[in-house]
Amino acid sequence: MLTQGFAVLLSHWWRHKLQFAMLLLGLALATALWSAVQAINGEARASYARAAAVVGQDRLEQLTTADGTHIPQESYIALRKAGWLVSPVLEGEKRFGGERLRILGVDPITLPADAAQVDVGAADIGLARFITAPGVFIMSGETAARLKGVDTPPIRISDALPPGTVLTDIGIAQQVLDAPGQLSRLLLAPRQPTEARPLAEVAPGLVRRAPAVESDLSRLTDSFHLNLTAFGLLAFAVGLFIVHSAIGLAFEQRRPVIRTLRALGLPLRTLVLLMVVELLVLSTVAGLIGVALGYGVASLLLPDVAASLRGLYGAEVPGTLSIRPSVWGLGLAIAVAGTLVSAASRLWRIATMPLLAPARPRAWSLASERALRLQAVGGILLLVAAWLVVQFGSGLVAGFSALGAMLLGAALLLPLVLSLLLKLGERLSKGVIAQWFWADTRQQLPGLSLALMALLLALAANAGVGTMVQSFRLTFVGWLDQRLPSELYVSTRSNDESQKVHDWLASRSDAVLPIWNTEVRMFGQPVQVFGIADHATYRDYWPMLEAMPDAWDRIARGEGALANEQLARRQKLALGDMIPLEGGHKLPLVGIFSDYGNPKGQVIIGVRLLETLYPDASRLRYAVRIAHDKAPKLAEELRATFDLPEENVVNQTTIKDFSLKIFERTFAVTAALNVLTLGVAAIAIFASLLTLSGMRLSQLAPAWAMGLTLKRLALLEILRSVALASFTMLAAVPVGLGLAWMLLAVINVEAFGWRLPMHVFPMDWLRLFLLAVASAIIAALLPALWLTRRQPADLVKVFANER
Amino acid sequence: MLLDLEDVSKSYPTGEGVLQVLRGVSLSLDAGESLALTGESGSGKSTLLHLAGGLDRPDSGAIRFEGKDIAGLGDVELAAFRRVSVGLVFQQFNLIPSLDVAANLAFQARLGDRYDAAWSEWLTERLGLSKLLDRYPEQLSGGQQQRVAIGRALAGRPQLILADEPTGNLDEATGDAILELMLALMRETGAALLMVTHSNRLASRLGRRLHLAAGKLG
Amino acid sequence: MNVRMLLLALLLMASPALAQGFAGLGGDAQGFAVPERGVALSFPQDHGAHPDYRIEWWYLTANLKGADGKDYGAQWTLFRSALAPEEKSGWQSPQLWMGHAALTTAETHYSAERVARGGVGQAGVTLSPFVGSIDDWTMTSHAPPSADALSALNVNASGDGFSYRLDLAAQGPLVLQGDHGYSVKSAQGQASFYYSQPFYEVHGTITVGGKDIAVTGQAWFDHEWSSQPLAKDQTGWDWFSFHFADGAKLMGFRLRDAGEGFTSATWIAADGAPEPQPPGALTVTPLAWTDVKGHRVPVQWKLALPGKGLEVTTSPVNPEAWMDTRVSYWEGPVRLQGTHPGQGYVEMTGY
Repeated sequence: MLTQGFAVLLSHWWRHKLQFAMLLLGLALATALWSAVQAINGEARASYARAAAVVGQDRLEQLTTADGTHIPQESYIALRKAGWLVSPVLEGEKRFGGERLRILGVDPITLPADAAQVDVGAADIGLARFITAPGVFIMSGETAARLKGVDTPPIRISDALPPGTVLTDIGIAQQVLDAPGQLSRLLLAPRQPTEARPLAEVAPGLVRRAPAVESDLSRLTDSFHLNLTAFGLLAFAVGLFIVHSAIGLAFEQRRPVIRTLRALGLPLRTLVLLMVVELLVLSTVAGLIGVALGYGVASLLLPDVAASLRGLYGAEVPGTLSIRPSVWGLGLAIAVAGTLVSAASRLWRIATMPLLAPARPRAWSLASERALRLQAVGGILLLVAAWLVVQFGSGLVAGFSALGAMLLGAALLLPLVLSLLLKLGERLSKGVIAQWFWADTRQQLPGLSLALMALLLALAANAGVGTMVQSFRLTFVGWLDQRLPSELYVSTRSNDESQKVHDWLASRSDAVLPIWNTEVRMFGQPVQVFGIADHATYRDYWPMLEAMPDAWDRIARGEGALANEQLARRQKLALGDMIPLEGGHKLPLVGIFSDYGNPKGQVIIGVRLLETLYPDASRLRYAVRIAHDKAPKLAEELRATFDLPEENVVNQTTIKDFSLKIFERTFAVTAALNVLTLGVAAIAIFASLLTLSGMRLSQLAPAWAMGLTLKRLALLEILRSVALASFTMLAAVPVGLGLAWMLLAVINVEAFGWRLPMHVFPMDWLRLFLLAVASAIIAALLPALWLTRRQPADLVKVFANER
Repeated sequence: MLLDLEDVSKSYPTGEGVLQVLRGVSLSLDAGESLALTGESGSGKSTLLHLAGGLDRPDSGAIRFEGKDIAGLGDVELAAFRRVSVGLVFQQFNLIPSLDVAANLAFQARLGDRYDAAWSEWLTERLGLSKLLDRYPEQLSGGQQQRVAIGRALAGRPQLILADEPTGNLDEATGDAILELMLALMRETGAALLMVTHSNRLASRLGRRLHLAAGKLG
Repeated sequence: MNVRMLLLALLLMASPALAQGFAGLGGDAQGFAVPERGVALSFPQDHGAHPDYRIEWWYLTANLKGADGKDYGAQWTLFRSALAPEEKSGWQSPQLWMGHAALTTAETHYSAERVARGGVGQAGVTLSPFVGSIDDWTMTSHAPPSADALSALNVNASGDGFSYRLDLAAQGPLVLQGDHGYSVKSAQGQASFYYSQPFYEVHGTITVGGKDIAVTGQAWFDHEWSSQPLAKDQTGWDWFSFHFADGAKLMGFRLRDAGEGFTSATWIAADGAPEPQPPGALTVTPLAWTDVKGHRVPVQWKLALPGKGLEVTTSPVNPEAWMDTRVSYWEGPVRLQGTHPGQGYVEMTGY
């Protein structure tokens, strides 16, 4: 009985192969995008974890200087001699053939077992080779591949290391980083002997720091990944629309069969069970396909994501994907869960359906106006909820909740809006065909509404994210001009060289402006402190958001500090608030400036004060003012005189180009996901039109019999799809604007700490509109083509059951 | 002569091979005449009706309407023929569900550009549909729906009405009333009627009757 | 005292990071200096490190009696191992250092381990004054300039739950082992330079569980360096250093292998004159076993050296004197009964 019942249920799919294909495709695509995003996030998170776990930073307490400056090696020896079980680490960055590497020097002898993820004693490395010149660079395979042909110490591969990170001996690191006798931090062994002398006595400059459970990196990149996750969810939701509609149709079409099966004695419970099993099988198959597809999508997107993360946060993520069973298992699970949720209401209806209920396949497409209104009320409630969350909520999750509520609310509202628009069209049209066209389109609405809602989401996301990206771009370009007014930017390699370069430049340029900085921890987060000279360049150009009138004078006198927008927002700083600097020194905040693309907080003080407060600050960089046409020649001479590498003297244009390139890559992924989501929506429409096309025949046949040709009818079918897509696009514009506003004014502020002005780009919407129309035409083309191929015999069947 | 079928044959491919539905059928119908076509299920009477209405084409033979062979017309011309010259009444009514009664009534006439407001109003009155004009088909009873279908068929004043079991979905009393109304309207408009029915009782009400058995006229 | 060379090798091998330095241990001396017969040891220079030899240690064991009347034991060891036969300053030094310290009470055996790189000042041995150190553990000479540097030492170490500070005063001369310090280890001719100072009188303080206890007692110091490895089929060893009540001393060991094993011993008269015993002259027999941290170890021995009329049995101060270090082993103080009562130290590895 079970097998036979099951066979009858499955035979439906055999008869409706396209419907089956659409169901699988919808579910597979939804799963694919979801798993792709999860896989990318997983890869990135694993990479951060690896980075955090390197030399045990995530598990071991550490000793560092309070201001993050280097520790003299003597302090290390003094601590050991005082009984402290510490192990030295030197960390720094160094370019090898254009690749910037994070060099981590460790002492493998004293390194606590918790911190040793690479066995340098292994045969292929060798302790002797590791600790004696020229040393060994241990890195991931991917990093090694990037360094092919570059002159480095011998390389060994270990995949325990995140990309871009090199593990080497402390002695080798001191040579490579040109930091003899210097250490970055000391790792504390988990158990310390009882009789060590107090830290303050042995090494007064050092502070104990708890293990970095969550790395700064993963905190900084959280917002980026939340963005991706939101997109993944959106794509999945769009996919579920397809699934919901395909399953709904299949269930309705099978009502007679179900009734017959029950009449023949198959218990209801067994029947429902069989249908659940059927769904499980279907969703597992689709989930597997989706997961495989997702892997492909993720592999394609990952290089861009990796580039974005590197550009935005300096976070190193490998460009290749590893298989993470958890991600794929989750993908499969969500496919199954999504299917069951989509089918739950149908199953419930089957379970409660009276045995002799009439089969009403058309009822499926004839939802009443009342249902539309009810749905619209739900939509309005969601919109109100979104508004409330924006007004009273805070935090990234609240931001995304509001976003989700707004999108879903708009989607629920869509069918009613479309229905009203179509009614209007019907009222305004004169000709009989036009009237019939509008009336019939309105009648199609319930059957297409899920697909159209999916389209609305995709279009609104496109319009909204597009507006956000373009607004950002416009602001960013203008900001770059303000932020980079100097003609040349010079990086020297040592304090000695720095002084010489300064003196050399002083007589050859209009101004040499020091860009000296240090990184400290302030308000419990890493903050960059910059010292700048008093110069018209800053007074004229600096992108100040708000400032006291005498801000620059106060900075010049060392009596005020500037903070970037993100720091000010995060700490809720207002002008006049005190900024805590080194050694209890405090300065009032006299201005807030925009600082896009910088994940870290930044404080600017007068350069003299920086020298006093932070004697160890890096003093290697300068901005040079000179007549624009003289800049290239000066750069050339500067490089020649001091034998500076190409990249150490850069002109304004190069930096701007570089910044813009980072910007473009950052949003490449967003764009790709956008297009994919739109693709899924197009498929949703296609699927709905396909499934409806079977039922359409009985609706079209009377019109055909009354004297409309099939070609004409087919054309009208395409026009109908275009009209619906166009109206949906019209509805998507305000939703997209709302989305863009939320992204710019809510999400960006929460995620990055800056708020951007919104700009509107109608030409982009036109392009999107054309895209929507094109996808509507493509989606309607096949069913329309089929319609023209119909034989009269098929159509007359509608009128009579006999011949 | 309004309609003239000569040696018309028609077959359909089916799962078990080709089903020969009509085998050399000939018949003719004069203007204003009413003809009942009877026969068992599967005798081919509906197919014959469809061919006469230009819904399908015969395999062989000629179908002349006012002396012009419509069997060889293309899709566009055939559609134009249906728009203008034929009114169809089906057992399932086959109204357009998305249009209200008024729009359904006017649909074919307006398609064929033969809409006449005064005539339409008279027809609506005659069919007793005046109070139902803003209803939708799903809100009507079967008898009401069929009256709309008859109104739709007659709205463009075609010379030929083709009816396929027009009372088949109605109870006997309603069916009789509908048929009575239809026959009266035929007389009042001068249209010819070709009606398919399996009921001898109904067939006897028409001017002439022909019996179709196994694709041949008996 | 070749056994300890093996100990060091095993200890370092077991630590992945350190193992590579000993990858060549099964082969020849690989550019390292080799001990040669007839080379006279010269002090104080030879108290110091010999970086051109692969391996070296300074090894002190002390049998102590507390003011509370209880027996205690203390161990202080500094190992040196070279990845290359040279010394360089800074992190480039190929010299690796390791310290083991232990304090044994009747109830608890405390042990600690330290590791360090040479060249940066974290560990090493200097000569004027003589200081051996790793981290905060030091062995410092306070002998007058005229005397041997080792004749007076301060030794201290600390670990989790214990520490000690001992003042050592030598009551006898340095003892050159083997042929004037050239100590042949096997029939294959492997040898080391090896001398001892077994005559220390000890005063000091130990701290256990936060409590200071004044102690006195006897200590034994070894210094040995070489470049050559031992045989591969040896599974472990049992090593004994005894102070007899009459002032004489005994150093003896048994190397265990698949067969009978190999024993060797040196009798040291009370005046410091060494009398090397022929191989096999010493017999050692385990009498009682105990389980320590998952290892089954003999904790009572019978030792017999018929040539000297010696037959003693050992009993441990603490049968659970287990060194919880990278490679673990048993090392602890024992009391002696029999023909020659006294006290001493036993070391057992490979159990």
